[in-house]
This record gives sequence, structure tokens and C-alpha cells, in this order.
Amino acid sequence: MSDTPLLSSLDMARFVARGFLRFDAVVPDEINAQFLAETGEAPAPVEGRKVLGALGALFAQSAIPEVAPGTPLAQAYAQGSAVRRLLDLPLVRGAIQSLAGPDPVFDHHFLHVTFPPAYYEAGGGENVSQHTHQDSTVDPARGFDLQVMYYPHAVTREMGGTRFVPGTHLRKVSEVALGRYQNIRGQQHMVCEAGTLLFLHSGIWHGGGVNLSDRTRTMFKIRMNPSAPQVRRWDLSTLPAEPARRPIFYVKTPQPETVESILMTPEPWFEQDTGRLEFVNRIKLWRHLAGDAAFDADYWLTRLENPARAEAAL
Amino acid sequence: MVRQKVLVLYLANSALDSPVVAWAVYDGSGETRPMAGDADHPPYRTGVDALRDGWRLIQASQILPHARGEEFDLAYLKYEFFFEQLVETAA
Repeated sequence: MSDTPLLSSLDMARFVARGFLRFDAVVPDEINAQFLAETGEAPAPVEGRKVLGALGALFAQSAIPEVAPGTPLAQAYAQGSAVRRLLDLPLVRGAIQSLAGPDPVFDHHFLHVTFPPAYYEAGGGENVSQHTHQDSTVDPARGFDLQVMYYPHAVTREMGGTRFVPGTHLRKVSEVALGRYQNIRGQQHMVCEAGTLLFLHSGIWHGGGVNLSDRTRTMFKIRMNPSAPQVRRWDLSTLPAEPARRPIFYVKTPQPETVESILMTPEPWFEQDTGRLEFVNRIKLWRHLAGDAAFDADYWLTRLENPARAEAAL
Repeated sequence: MVRQKVLVLYLANSALDSPVVAWAVYDGSGETRPMAGDADHPPYRTGVDALRDGWRLIQASQILPHARGEEFDLAYLKYEFFFEQLVETAA
């Protein structure tokens, strides 16, 4: 039996529907401590030194390597380093293999450090949260890149935390063009214990929260690209042979949790009409990942793809 | 001096009395500094509730047809309404 625990079909459906999976306190304290030792402490605030200067000083002392994009992820970090040990955790290997497929390619990584007010008082600049954005640039592909966010120490609400909006990952937008949206119903803030991981679809809308505490906040992000189609990579023994055909609209009793019920769960920010298009796009992503061009949930695409209607239109 | 405060509401459909799904506030008076992620609950339940509280509607998004072949493509929030208030500030 493999020692790589692949994701279940229900977890895959949650990722397809919401664009993230969260695992709390799954990285051992020993690796968290090693990671923080390898990055080092941020230098104390210095009068006249801007926050970017403090960040540059932290990067210069950090043991985290510079890595060129396109490097096989397996070769990006030295054996024994904290990040290599993190990536070798069975849960992490299983999630990466399920979502990105085998042998992913390193895209980039970044040490996100958010500084407390004392640094702005010393060096100037405004201590504000980051505008909400989608990483990289407009991306019309059906597949996606995987981003792993690692929180090596506990994060309180006062420290800001990463803000992200579940279910936004299937929207094709241009980076921070959406920065006007200050707050969106259903947004989440990463308040978590040390050793927490977020696995994110590369399209999810997010931003760093303002740090109002008295210490720096650190989050390490790795983006990786698939090197092979992301098709049928999870634990397929959990995939039902047939989709769950369930009654729609006129329903008298609660429905059991299935792939379909997860894909058809709306987010609080959904507009009433485009929320239905979100369902359609989730179905299309599931078709892609499952290699099942006929998959449907709650009849949305079956209705539209009815061949009898196409014939009638000729 | 008079300064402008701007409220942007994103609604669940094109009706001004539909629920708020996203929002932003920009304060030209300098009295407050709204920013991303500073509130998890909307300031009003609907756009009409903002009118009742004295905000003046100055712009609403158009309702546009869907380009053939792009009917399922989604990008930015669709039902955007800009409001303003003019406030007196100290010189």
C-alpha cells in the first residue's frame, strides 16, 4: 500500500467548489521551529529605514534558497531543509500529487513578512492591508497551478492573516484589477495555529491583512505547475461509479453529502444569476479533473447539451 | 470645506433592493481609513437601505448581453452601484 495518502473524492470536490483545502496544525513543531530558524528574525525597526529595507535585510540573512522557475520541485530544496521536510510529509505529498499531479515544477516561492506598526512609525509609509487580487495574470486554462501557503507560527486576528474569498478561483480576472472590492461576503482570514497549511487553486482571490500586533507575521508560499495532465490523480477508490442523480429545486428532505452536493453549494457572495454559472464552471472543472466529459450535477449541463434541442435548431 | 465620501455596493442582481454581496468605502474627509478586509458584514442589507440612510446614487453598472461563446465566462462582480455623501470638514 502506498504511503502517500491521496485526497478523497469529497475533498477534491471541496477544492473544485471552493478553491482551497485547509489543514490546521499538521506541520510538526520541530519543522516549524527549523523553518523560523532558517529564515531568521526580522531586524528591529530603524529610524528612517523603510519596511522594504527591513524585508531586504531579512531576505539577505535567510537560508531559504533562490530557485529558478522551471526547476523540478523535487530538486528545489536541499535534503534536510525545513521546506524539503515539509514537502516530504505524507499529507503534503498526497495533496500535491492529487491536485497538481506527479512531479510538479517549481514556479516561484516567496517569504511574505508583514510588519507591525513600529516599522512604519520608524521608516514611514502607510500600514494598510493588501488589495485583494488574483496572482499572476489572466489565465484562461481549464487546469490550474497549485499554491501552498505555510504558516510556521500561530496567527491571531490582530496580526492580519491572509484574507481569501472561497469560490472565486474560477473567475478570469486580471490580477489586482479587482482591488476595488474591499470586502466580500464570506471572506476568510487565516487565524490559525502554527504549522497550518492552505492548498490553493491559483485563481483564488486573496490579499495580506494589515498587521496591528507587535510582532512580524510570516507566511511562506510556493507556487507549482503541473508537469502532466491533472486528470484522475486522487484516490479513485472513493469515486462513485455513477453520479448521484438527486431531485432539484422541489426537495422535501435534506440530501446526503456527495460530490454533487458539494459542487452545488453556493458561497455567500454569489450573485443570483452568475451563481448558477459558477455551478456550471465547477461541473466543467470536475469533468476535466475526472476525465469524464459526460459528468453533470443537478442537470445544469445536461439541459443545455440536450442533443434533441441542438437538432431542432438546425 | 466639503469633501466626498464614496460607497460602492455590489448587489446580488441588478435591482437596487437586492442584497449586498460586496462593498467598499472611500473617505475623502480623511476621518476614517477604510481598507481591504476591514469588515466582514456589509454596512447595508440592500442598495435601497443606503438610499434611506442619505447616500446619493451616482452610477449604476449597465446590464450587458452575453457574447456568443462566452456565456459561461465570469470575471468581475456584475452589479456595481456607486453612492456619494458630501460632508463638511474643518479647513
